[in-house]
Amino acid sequence: MSASSAFNEEKMGSSSVGEAEYAYDPVSGKIFSSDYNRHDDLKEMLDSNKDSLKLEAMKRIVAMIARGKNASDLFPAVVKNVACKNIEVKKLVYVYLVRYAEEQQDLALLSISTFQRGLKDPNQLIRASALRVLSSIRVTIIVPIMMLAIKEAASDMSPYVRKTAAHAIPKLYSLDPEQKDQLIEVIEKLLADKTTLVAGSVVMAFEEVCPERIDLIHKNYRKLCNLLIDVEEWGQVVIINMLTRYARTQFLNPNLNESLLEDGGSGDKTFYGSDEDEDDDEKENKEKAEAAALAKRKPYVMDPDHRLLLRNTKPLLQSRNAAVVMAVAQLYFHLAPKAEVGVIAKALVRLLRSHSEVQFVVLQNVATMTIRRRGMFEPYLKSFYIRSTDPTLIKILKLEVLTNLANETNISTILREFQTYIKSMDKDFVAATIQAIGRCATNIGEVRDTCLNGLVQLLSNRDELVVAESVVVIKKLLQMQPEKHSDIIKHMAKLTDNIQVPMARASILWLIGEYCEHVPKIAPDVLRKMAKSFTYEEDIVKLQILNLAAKLYLTNSKQTKLLTQYVLNLAKYDQNYDIRDRARFIRQLIVPTEKSGALSKYAKKLFLALKPAPVLESPFKDRDHFQLGSLSHLLNAKAGGYQELPDWPEAAPDPSVRNVEVPEWTKCSSREKRKEKKVEKPFYSDSEGESGPTESADSETNSASASDSASDSEQSRSSSESEESDEGSESEEEKENKNKKKVVKKAVKESESEQSSEEENRKLEKKIKQQEKDSETVSDDEESDSESSQSTSEDSESEAEVKKKAPVSRTPPKPVKKEKKEMSLLDLDDFEPATSPQVTPISTLLSNSLVTDLEGLSLSDSVLAPSTITPSGTLKSYELLHRITGEGLSVEYCFGRQPFSPDANMVAVQLQFTNNSTSETKNLHMKDVKLQSGMRVKEFPEIELLPAGDTASAVMGIDFCDSTQAANLQLCTSTRKFFVSIQPPVGELMRPVFLTENEFKREQGQLMGMNELTEKLILDAKYRNEHAIVQRVTTAAHLSRVPCGSDNECRFAGRTVTSGSLVLVTVATGEEGVAQLTVNCEKMVIGTMLVKDILLALTQ
Amino acid sequence: MIHSLFLINASGDIFLEKHWKSVVSRSVCDYFFEAQERATEPENVPPVIPTPHHYLISVLRHRIYFVAVIQSEVPPLFVIEFLHRVVDTFQDYFGVCTEAAIKDNVVVVYELLEEMLDNGFPLATESNILKELIKPPTILRTMVNTITGSTNVGEQLPTGQLSVVPWRRTGVKYTNNEAYFDVVEEIDAIIDKSGSTITAEIQGVIDACVKLTGMPDLTLSFMNPRLLDDVSFHPCVRFKRWEAERILSFIPPDGNFRLLSYHVSSQNLVAIPVYVKHNITFREGSSQGRFDLTLGPKQTMGKAVESVLVSSQLPRGVLNANLNPSQGAYTFDPVTKLLTWDVGKINPQKLPNLKGTMNLQAGASKPDENPTINIQFKIQQMAISGLKVNRLDMYGEKYKPFKGIKYMTKAGKFQVRT
Repeated sequence: MSASSAFNEEKMGSSSVGEAEYAYDPVSGKIFSSDYNRHDDLKEMLDSNKDSLKLEAMKRIVAMIARGKNASDLFPAVVKNVACKNIEVKKLVYVYLVRYAEEQQDLALLSISTFQRGLKDPNQLIRASALRVLSSIRVTIIVPIMMLAIKEAASDMSPYVRKTAAHAIPKLYSLDPEQKDQLIEVIEKLLADKTTLVAGSVVMAFEEVCPERIDLIHKNYRKLCNLLIDVEEWGQVVIINMLTRYARTQFLNPNLNESLLEDGGSGDKTFYGSDEDEDDDEKENKEKAEAAALAKRKPYVMDPDHRLLLRNTKPLLQSRNAAVVMAVAQLYFHLAPKAEVGVIAKALVRLLRSHSEVQFVVLQNVATMTIRRRGMFEPYLKSFYIRSTDPTLIKILKLEVLTNLANETNISTILREFQTYIKSMDKDFVAATIQAIGRCATNIGEVRDTCLNGLVQLLSNRDELVVAESVVVIKKLLQMQPEKHSDIIKHMAKLTDNIQVPMARASILWLIGEYCEHVPKIAPDVLRKMAKSFTYEEDIVKLQILNLAAKLYLTNSKQTKLLTQYVLNLAKYDQNYDIRDRARFIRQLIVPTEKSGALSKYAKKLFLALKPAPVLESPFKDRDHFQLGSLSHLLNAKAGGYQELPDWPEAAPDPSVRNVEVPEWTKCSSREKRKEKKVEKPFYSDSEGESGPTESADSETNSASASDSASDSEQSRSSSESEESDEGSESEEEKENKNKKKVVKKAVKESESEQSSEEENRKLEKKIKQQEKDSETVSDDEESDSESSQSTSEDSESEAEVKKKAPVSRTPPKPVKKEKKEMSLLDLDDFEPATSPQVTPISTLLSNSLVTDLEGLSLSDSVLAPSTITPSGTLKSYELLHRITGEGLSVEYCFGRQPFSPDANMVAVQLQFTNNSTSETKNLHMKDVKLQSGMRVKEFPEIELLPAGDTASAVMGIDFCDSTQAANLQLCTSTRKFFVSIQPPVGELMRPVFLTENEFKREQGQLMGMNELTEKLILDAKYRNEHAIVQRVTTAAHLSRVPCGSDNECRFAGRTVTSGSLVLVTVATGEEGVAQLTVNCEKMVIGTMLVKDILLALTQ
Repeated sequence: MIHSLFLINASGDIFLEKHWKSVVSRSVCDYFFEAQERATEPENVPPVIPTPHHYLISVLRHRIYFVAVIQSEVPPLFVIEFLHRVVDTFQDYFGVCTEAAIKDNVVVVYELLEEMLDNGFPLATESNILKELIKPPTILRTMVNTITGSTNVGEQLPTGQLSVVPWRRTGVKYTNNEAYFDVVEEIDAIIDKSGSTITAEIQGVIDACVKLTGMPDLTLSFMNPRLLDDVSFHPCVRFKRWEAERILSFIPPDGNFRLLSYHVSSQNLVAIPVYVKHNITFREGSSQGRFDLTLGPKQTMGKAVESVLVSSQLPRGVLNANLNPSQGAYTFDPVTKLLTWDVGKINPQKLPNLKGTMNLQAGASKPDENPTINIQFKIQQMAISGLKVNRLDMYGEKYKPFKGIKYMTKAGKFQVRT
């Protein structure tokens, strides 16, 4: 299997050598020599520095994808190039990524940051394409990132980016339907958009995500109607279909009066039901009520909005796009007053000139329309004439339309047409024509005899299929007036000798049986012949032979008794159980025995009852309960996602919901109950909508600025973007920021140098700088090393080292660093009594010594002082194993917040074991099972013995890979295994890091946009002081305080444990306990969760 | 909306697949193959095929099936129209839309498809925008790319999509500014046995080739606009202006495009430019049939009828035909029973004639179906409806463009029943 696929690959490859675009490739010669190691050459090319080689490789990979070959093993090599400078390489990488990301979710995540960067690009087109690719990657983990990106893009300056955001909504929805509520908010916002570019896409999103939320449309209805003509054609289709549904719920039926008159009050019972209940006195009031209802309905005035829709869609009948024309046609068919529907006929007939697939769909819809509104297409009768070159599918549909259009006046021309069709070489078509003739004959009484004669003539046709079809149709026609046509029946009886088509034979037999009184001499003879050939007949014919036998037995038992017995006996042993059953049933009914019950008395009534003539109906009848033009209508079955076309309302809902007030940004309308929180938009005048493209340009800019000022939360951002507009120049704000930073930096440097000069230690200054650098770089191995060694190292050597170091380096950065450490240690201190005294004595010792060390430090910077405040609340411990499930053994865990010495990238987890049972537990140890990819665990040392009633504790390290997914572990004792899982709160996935104010600001400046999350909150009166805030934040997350110049801001910094991504938290307090929480983090998932956690901690 | 696209050639191989959402296995095409088997002729494959989990919507063009896979309700015409637009784009890019052309340019095809749909919803289908995004491959460009290592993908991202005239690319420059309009009319007609017209309609289009610098604003007016019964426009045409003044006012896309298509209804009397005298008979009992066909011009206003091609599907019973054309050449395919006669130009003095015998299968009875005759022809410098362009004006730019208008009449679906 694999060998053969390799062979295919090879074949494919070598065939491509001949192709012009590969011919010049210098490497291709080498490639095909190494067929055993497939794709290695491609990997090599992808890893090379030359763009041309990369491009070549990507082209070949895309060619593989196009042919459906699997190229997924190249994923790592390809994804590396996601940030390639060459645009074509980049695009092809995107193609690859979107195709395979779903299969290689973990690796796909590597590319996310590239797109996140792209989302912040000043160029709107790059922003858009980044969002497009990001949202196309179907990886569930990035759902929050996508959500944020969409939200951001939805309020982007550029309508193109907003359009892309609208496109992204259904993608996200299909990935995670739970986001629906949030997505609806975005849709609501985008629906209010005034640009034609966005309108189509957002309505498409609306239709896919929340088609039931018709209330979202009210406010935008008029705008959509007016913009419609300028929307791109695909958007027009979607909008028109949606508006059709909308109008059906909001307006009154314009044809109500007519339908009342037409139906003569038959189908309108539901209408008067309520009326009748009220005036209950007489029965004859129905007529009165009808009249009253008529009177009531008479002054029907079309809602101006209804009229607006009809008026604005009409020009689109002239669209070159068949889908648009069809959409308008169905809108008119479903919504327009009867007198106006006619306009669509011409446009639909025009579509019949198009490709045969278009014809197919249009004819299906025309067929449905002709049943309800025949008059509409009568002038175009000749356009449905059939050409011999039409595909059969089209021919049959045209035939259907012609049949529907037939009436007394045109039937002669139609029948003449049909006569030429019968001579066609296409036999399926001929059969359909014969049926069509039959239908015309039943529908139009005048021509019944003519048709019948014509069909009888066909019985002598040489083609058996034609004859068979004619027989079937004649049978149906004869049922209407059998007494007149016994000669035809005789003629048909003769045909049984020749016709072999089962359906036709069955039809003839049925006819003879049914009308055996008309042909009393022939019928028994036919039965005789049939009895002879019974065993060779098809099942359907056998059943009819049985029927014939039974009927003859009842009418002419003298002649046919034996024959019937014979046939019944044959049937008794037939292979088909249906036939056996029928035979048994008939025997019981017609052959009188002593056992036979009352039923046999009625056998004659049962078999020879007068049967109603069949009604020959169009297969398109009643198809119009499906929205025309829809897939469901075409298939005559409900397709997935089909939205029912609602019935007209009896009373029109309040039309004022569509009123749009004059802009008043903060105004809340009376329809708050509809949750329309969006800002009201200026009224969009009628004239504007129908304007040409140039005018719509004006409206675009208008609206852009309008929405700009509307988005109050991001005012500054969007305004800065408007300045950068298309040129991509740096925004003023940014510049300002930079300037500021420079100034601040200078100042700090000065102060630093001052301090150090006070110390008069040149060397130390160097050291400071070194340290600064360290703290800046992401991978500060040295620091973390020293940290870990300091905290948990058992040897006193390092302790001594710390002691030594500390007094010497009396520089501002150092002490703060120490403080941070001290803080974490103090945490531990606080926490210790609650848990295990066994593990921590060393750290207590250490912390104590540190504290004493620090006491010697002079903290010159007063600002730093508050940062020494440590969270006083005890650390929360979680249950790992309940004592009942653990059979006496209970385990709790908590996050000790001390660095885990064996591996700095792990989070230390303290476990406390309590043996509640009466027996001792042995060999407590851990086995890692079912770890998420990338996660690592450092087990705690085995606890050999845990006596009954005793407690023990241990520390283990888990590398959570910066995710809050639970680590699933196996806890083993000598006798038992327990499956447990440890889930870290997001705040524990980080370790504190020291930053100066400048560094903090600089880092924060780099983590703007997508990486910044802002949330407003109101602080409880008791907790408005800085102390409380610091305490709560540090309890919620393992962060350190960053010194800050301003009083009403608290800043915290940390790095995620595994990847070392910066986490910056700012809590700015304002008046009356209003505060703003800002989290900047490269890892957006972490950022989002952290915001939630801190918010919870601050508000509770 | 559109989940995936499969391209299937005449021999039933899937030679290209593209997915816009999750990957749909190509085994879904088995349902298509089933339907294809059931249909006797390639064009009889139903355009919409329901399968248990998906719906297949296909179009057949250039002997390639374009099969779109969809999963939920979507207007079928939406998909069909889009697929045709894809084919048109390929044709525009590669000159032809054949399997070989697509395979040779598979990367460009993929890039195009990627731009045309986003998550199954059309994004950029306007050829002007696409050409800015992805340059069509030409021999010269392929050479240059080989040498310089540059690419087919546009360096700068297109601005057209953002502009108010999305169909026109920006920064167009020509040294020769020219605008050509071709008025092409096709006659659809069914003529019955006796030579009387059963139905006849004129379908016309105005195809334009506009190569003008900058942002020209054109108006085109007709001498007799009332002739146009039903029209459909390129999106660039200002509908209001047409409604009010019957003048076509538009900012044209760059290059070739179809400005207008129109319909002259059967209510107006349509002049039929050719007549056919035919005598095709089969005698009962003998295994021979007579074939005699003469063409002649009629109501052509003195213009020559050119490129005449007659084709007819003869009954299945016909084994071969022994005919003698007075001009041109004829072929008869004994397998498909298709008779074609390439007549060329009709000379009114000496009318073209095809005469001879047809041999039937020995012993077979007389076929009861009569063949229909399909005729193709061209008449230059005439619009059969009498439509005339009055004038073409340009606003918005200073230079003087070269303008040209050409008329032509063709046979559309022109059938003569015998």
